[in-house]
Formats: sequence, structure tokens, C-alpha cells
Amino acid sequence: MNQDLPPHWDPGAPLPQKAGHSSQGRLERVLRSGRFAVTAELNPPDSADPREVYERALVLSEVCDAINATDASGANVHMSSVGICSLLTRAGYAVIMQISCRDRNRIAIQGDVLGASAMGVQNILCLTGDGVQAGDQPQAKPVFDFDSTSLLECIRGMRDKGQFLSGRKITTPPRVFLGAAANPFAPPYEYRGVHIAKKINAGAQFIQTQYCYDVPLLKSFMAQVREQGLHEKAFFLVGVGPLPSAKTARWMRSNVPGVHIPDAVIERVEKAKDQKAEGKRLCVDLIQEISEIEGVAGVHVMAYRQEEYVSEIIQASDIMKNRQPRRAPRPAPETEPAGAVNETITAA
Amino acid sequence: MYAVRLWSVRHARGLNLFYKTFEKAMIGLHPLWNKIGYDKLEKPFEVTEKAVKGFLFDCQMCGQCALSSTGMSCPMNCPKNLRNGPCGGVRANGHCEVKPEMKCVWVQAWAGAERMAGSRPVKAGADAIVDVQKPVDNSIKGKSSWLRVVRMTKQIGEFAPKPPKKPAAKPAAPAAASETAKTEGKAA
Repeated sequence: MNQDLPPHWDPGAPLPQKAGHSSQGRLERVLRSGRFAVTAELNPPDSADPREVYERALVLSEVCDAINATDASGANVHMSSVGICSLLTRAGYAVIMQISCRDRNRIAIQGDVLGASAMGVQNILCLTGDGVQAGDQPQAKPVFDFDSTSLLECIRGMRDKGQFLSGRKITTPPRVFLGAAANPFAPPYEYRGVHIAKKINAGAQFIQTQYCYDVPLLKSFMAQVREQGLHEKAFFLVGVGPLPSAKTARWMRSNVPGVHIPDAVIERVEKAKDQKAEGKRLCVDLIQEISEIEGVAGVHVMAYRQEEYVSEIIQASDIMKNRQPRRAPRPAPETEPAGAVNETITAA
Repeated sequence: MYAVRLWSVRHARGLNLFYKTFEKAMIGLHPLWNKIGYDKLEKPFEVTEKAVKGFLFDCQMCGQCALSSTGMSCPMNCPKNLRNGPCGGVRANGHCEVKPEMKCVWVQAWAGAERMAGSRPVKAGADAIVDVQKPVDNSIKGKSSWLRVVRMTKQIGEFAPKPPKKPAAKPAAPAAASETAKTEGKAA
């Protein structure tokens, strides 16, 4: 696709597609080659300034294989995932575009998938979305035309069968690596494994989990995963994040849907002299412990308003030791010649 | 009613067996329905179905009943209308993220599916709860799901097998293609 076009016409600067791959992206390559992958969430700005996106992406890109562009997470309005992906792909970043079923119906979403692929999005994460009651505008109308599973099946159909949900033909299908979310830390615990199998059957190729602060619960989930052989069908990236303070941890636990933080974890942060430093140390410890669990293919770092620590945490955890170091981050795109885009992509 | 809905999940196995018998009877009565006319039956069936299933399951009349695949816990009572499983927001006590006073429809659904499975564990291939459900067809909201099942089984109405489009043109096209292939082959 687009081989004959000049590079600036193809904003995603895709890699050549390997046999058996669904996308032309870096994340799929890293995962399929068996290397431990790192993804991280970019906190979307409440602003129309592109520099805010680029500044945050720059610090994440030192250690990340792909950057997640969230879709109004927590049902709060921010810059859209489509907007962020448009900015990031034109600068050569690998992105994971999150699509939530809360705000758009099937007509809007299928159009967005085509648009996303056209602008160089290689990875899509299909989410149900937090309820509108959790956000800053609870008066909004919840859509939920799809659920995450039926959305996965729809996009897989667009990619593999080359047709919309209606059966109408797509002339150039989107080439995307499909992801789904899992929350092993919410009931019904004993069926979370079966539930994720359903998402994988519907098309999920990689899984990103909710924040993990409870390793025993994760281990029992991963045991369910291995029992069904799901770790051989999809790549599991476990969600982690530094807690800035015990107070924030308590707030998150009671206000962010689906976040489970055991008391012992909060106490550990609370007892420390420097809570922020302890939060980072805790995150490093968790990453090391998680990376040793059989079937875990990577970590997904969600450092809310703390992007600047992601690189430090990943390097301290030593999980990148078998990986070629990424080159030093380059300056913001507007000061960079257009040719540098391809070099950054292939540096992984 | 919420309490009755919970009762129905506790009796998922019995209700499912009852429904299977009822479904067979409904399909068996197809000649009668056909004689009366499905269009005429639609309205009285909608009213009856809404009353019965509304009482038992808080049925929302989506028109494409999935109760047998969801442990007799109606997925349309989920504030996110999830038909394939719980979201990640389920509270530690098994209650709903959006409506904290309500038990999660999908925690209930798995409990119902366990009862339907009896002594063996719920698994793929044996239990409908693991099958992927299609997105809701909003154009049939409010219609009778019972009648739809009969029409689907008997392949009538919108489920009638469609006559092949342009029957003459289809076999002609590949023949023409192979013709050109032959001539091309000869030319090469």
C-alpha cells in the first residue's frame, strides 16, 4: 500500500508488512519477535495546542514501542484520540488508538477506523468505555451501540473480509493490529479468563490490562489464561503505574472505575518519607515481578500526569536489558527536517 | 422487578428448560400462525411477551432475546447494554459501576450460566454464554422475539432464502474469465 507515494503522503511511515502480520507497525513486530514490549499512555491535553501532545510523546518515546491515545477515559472530555493520533502519526510515532463504545455509534466508528488506518494508525484498542456518570459531564447520552467484543469482530471483518458490518465492500481494508482490555481485578474473577477468551475469539491480538497493584490476583488470572492457551493466541501487556501519593491512591480507588489497590500497597506508600519516590519504586518492583510471570509479553505504563517518570521507571526495572537501546529522543517535530521520521521508526 | 429478576437467575436452569419446550411448541404451531398471519400476530405477541418477560427478567424488548446465552440475566439491563460480558468497572462487591445499588448484570449472568450448566464447568462449545453476540439490531426493537425465532427456524418473512441475484449472469462471468485466460495463455 502506498509504496509509490512520496513519504510525506503516507503520514504513518509504515514498515514493510511481514508475512503473517496484520499491520505494518512496530508494536506487532516487537511482540511477534518475542521481545518484552513497553507501551505507555499519553495524557491527552485539555488544549488545542499540538505542542502539548508532542512534548508528552517525546518523553514517552524513549522507552515505548507504542503510545496509547486515550478516548475520553473516565468519561472526561480531552483532546480526541483521533486528533492525537493524527498529530503523532505525522511525526512518525507508533500509536495505539483507543476506541470507546460510549460516545460513537457503529457508523461513526467504522468511518474512524478507515480514517485512522489511512493516517498511519497501526494499532487499535477496542474498549467499552467508562460510564458517563464517572466523568465531568454526567448529563451526556451514553451510546454503547457496540460493546468491545462486537467492535473487535466488526473491525476484524473490515480488515480480513474487506467489508463493513453491512457487507458493503471496502476497496483498501484497514491494516491494524487489534487489542482489547482486560480487568483481572474486578469480579467475576473466576470468569475473567473465559471472558478474555471471548474477546480473543472476536479478534483481539493483544491485551492491555487495568492497573495491576495486586500480583496474586494477576497470577490467578494468568493461570486461567495459560490453562486455555490464550497466551499463545494473544500478547498480554499488564497495566502498571506509579502512585504519586497515598492520598491519590485512595482517591483513584474510590473514583476511577475498575481500579483496585490493596490496603497494604497504599500503606507502603504512606509510610515512606518521600511518597512520590516510593510510588516509583513500587512501580519498578511491580514491573519486575510481573515480567517474570509466564505468558506476560509486556507492560503498559499509565502514569497519569507523570509521563516524565516513565523512562526512568522502565530503565530502573531493567526489563529493556535484552533490547537494543532506542536513540536519544529528538527535538519537537517542527524544528526537525521531515526526513528524520523514518529513522526514528526503524530505531526500535 | 429487581427481586424477581434475581429470582429468575437463581432458577435459570428450570426457566431455560421451560423455554426450550415452549420454543418447540411455538415452532410446532407454525401452520396455525401462518394461517392467522404473522403480521396480525405481531401486536398481541409483543404485548404478551413484554408482560411475561418484563415481569420475570425486566425485559427491555430488544427484539432479539439473548437470555439463553446470558444465564437468564437480561443484558439490556446493563447500563452499557453489554451483550458479551462485564465491563472493567464492576465493583469489588459485584455491583454495577453506573448503578451502585444494582448487582452487575454480567456477574449474575455467569452465576445463571453456572446453574444452567449444572455440575460441569462452563466452557466453550457447550455453553452459549461464551459465544460472541452481534451488536443489537435497533431496527427490530420492541418486536416479538418469540415470533422472530419461529420465522427464523421456518425461514419465512425476512428470513426466507433469497433468490440468487441474476442467476444467468453468475455462471457466465467465470466462464468468460476462463475464456480470456485461455486466449491469453495461447497468446503467450
